[in-house]
Amino acid sequence: MKIYTYDNSFEGLLTAVFECYRRKDFPVDICSRAGEQRYLFVESVHIETDPVKAERVWKGVQDKLSGRNKQLLFYAFLSEEQGIEMKIYRFLRRLFSGHFNLETDYGDSDVLYLTQTSQKVKKEAMRMLQFIRFQHTKDGMYFCGIEPRYDVIPMVLNHYQKRFADQKWLIYDIKRNYGIYYDKDKAEEVEISKKQFNTYNGQVKQALLDEGEDFYQKLWRSYFKHVSIEERKNLRLQRQHMPRRFWRYLPEKQMEG
Amino acid sequence: MNEQVANKLKILSDAAKYDVSCASSGSNRSNHSKGIGTGVACGICHSFTDDGRCVSLFKILMTNHCIYDCAYCINRRSNDRPRATFTPQEIVDLTIGFYRRNYIEGLFLSSGVIKSPDHTMERMVSIAKKLRTEENYNGYIHLKAIPGASDVLIHEAGIWADRLSVNMEIPTEPNLKKLAPEKNYPDIISPMGQIRDSILVAKEERKKYRKAPRFAPAGQSTQLIVGASPETDRQIILLSSGLYKNQNLKRVYFSGYLPVNDYDKRLPAITRPPLVRENRLYQSDWLMRFYHFKAEEILNEDQPFLDLDVDPKLGYALRNMHLFPVDINRADYEMILRVPGIGVQSAQKIILARRHRRLTMLHLKKLGIVMKRAKYFITTNELPASFSDWEPLRLKHKLLSEMNSKFKKSEDTQLKLFTDFKPVLPTLH
Repeated sequence: MKIYTYDNSFEGLLTAVFECYRRKDFPVDICSRAGEQRYLFVESVHIETDPVKAERVWKGVQDKLSGRNKQLLFYAFLSEEQGIEMKIYRFLRRLFSGHFNLETDYGDSDVLYLTQTSQKVKKEAMRMLQFIRFQHTKDGMYFCGIEPRYDVIPMVLNHYQKRFADQKWLIYDIKRNYGIYYDKDKAEEVEISKKQFNTYNGQVKQALLDEGEDFYQKLWRSYFKHVSIEERKNLRLQRQHMPRRFWRYLPEKQMEG
Repeated sequence: MNEQVANKLKILSDAAKYDVSCASSGSNRSNHSKGIGTGVACGICHSFTDDGRCVSLFKILMTNHCIYDCAYCINRRSNDRPRATFTPQEIVDLTIGFYRRNYIEGLFLSSGVIKSPDHTMERMVSIAKKLRTEENYNGYIHLKAIPGASDVLIHEAGIWADRLSVNMEIPTEPNLKKLAPEKNYPDIISPMGQIRDSILVAKEERKKYRKAPRFAPAGQSTQLIVGASPETDRQIILLSSGLYKNQNLKRVYFSGYLPVNDYDKRLPAITRPPLVRENRLYQSDWLMRFYHFKAEEILNEDQPFLDLDVDPKLGYALRNMHLFPVDINRADYEMILRVPGIGVQSAQKIILARRHRRLTMLHLKKLGIVMKRAKYFITTNELPASFSDWEPLRLKHKLLSEMNSKFKKSEDTQLKLFTDFKPVLPTLH
């Protein structure tokens, strides 16, 4: 029995797949170094990530998948679900053996699983379009700290870059401790070591906020309260669309004070 | 001054909440000028209020003063309510302030009518213009066209806005006369026609010249109040299907009548809005727009009202048992769409997946099809399933008893009022 371990990056996984073909191996599992501990008597091979090999596999995938499914495997990988590696590996085996339109074979459990998982990741990215709330700081920056379930901030980068082309903003992923900063010209990845915001709800310290910020938050809260129709109250529906885990980042869901 | 704005916001958002539409979809305006804002074709909901409705646009009235006295409207002239008016600059500042913080997807501006329709429309247009030209704003704008405003103003509104809407409110002319004697039907229909034509013209122009100005790229919509006047569901569905066909509308919204002016004897005495009926109407609307149903198929002539117990698609299936069971592995897309429990996405997936292998019940279940309902209407690759000749009525009761519907317990006032209602008015079409 043989397992492959890799460094938990998508490139690493693609390299591992490449190695499978090169060595004519069929490992029983591909997992991270930490995941190796699940196995007792196995031969484990660590695969060093090689961008060139990964690129070759990725190019092969791109040639075979159709337009809107080109990112399917990457999105599914972002879900970080346990065991997703082998599903991707089996998918690639079938894909490279010459199946046409494999991504629409929903009767196959691997294909269906990958489709549904990538859908979940895309939904989380959509929520990043919905529930990001900027706070205006004294130095003219719009800041938001948030904690998405999957690593989807890079997926929404393009949207925010286009939409807020004339303002400086920073979206910070609190869980993964990195953010993307846009300075009206280009976006770049940043890491904040000395945090001036609450790491629980992304709230910036009061002293650093712009004077108008409090006023606008107050107005927004008041608007949110008054636009709701009392006779139609339906809290279940509200929770369904706007999961509780996001409430702490939303100004309209905070108590007045 | 800030205190004053906060107060106005309170009054005018409170007054604006009865407009149902909040869609921000259909426009993909780009931020080419390096200003602020973009349109996203699928629309984005930024928040959800306690009633579960989405907040996508900053929905606000310019003013809640009104010269009209419509029976169903909370802002009618004769109501004693706090009144307020925003200046154009205040609305612009609020919109930009909210937009920059990513609270909203755009502005939805409506208004009570002050002085004259033209005067009101002019001020509304000036706000949209200000946003586009002075603030370099490319986000979504939805303007309400005031019935009776001049053609020139409506045209200008379409230049700046992404979507225009003219609210019909009351579905038929005689009832409109009764409840809103100062409004007249042609005033509502004619701007609709004008907007439709301008949209078509602008689309043609853009095919020829890439830079030709857009006109309301997200189309137009309207809203009907359900339950304030005695129209039947059939009338409403036929009307909305006519509007989709003849006026090229993007959406027809239904708003369950809220008893806001319960002292007015022209209105039905109800205590709660007819939410179930409204929901069933939306379901029928979806059937027409996405499921290839025709209005006549949803309700036929001897059936003026939708069944409140079961959704219209299940109702259709029960009335047409001879069309079922459908063979999932062979039937065409249209027919698979008609199976209760199968939605648009599932139907598309079935069509794609069955090219690779024959599908069984287990596959369908994994695909996310509601087998509890669908199993009575399909056959798959296995031995013929539990489908025997179900008596439609028996099947309905069986499905109802299994269903854990959220509507089951809710007692709908509308149901009792109109159960035995026979339409007196001639049908519209």
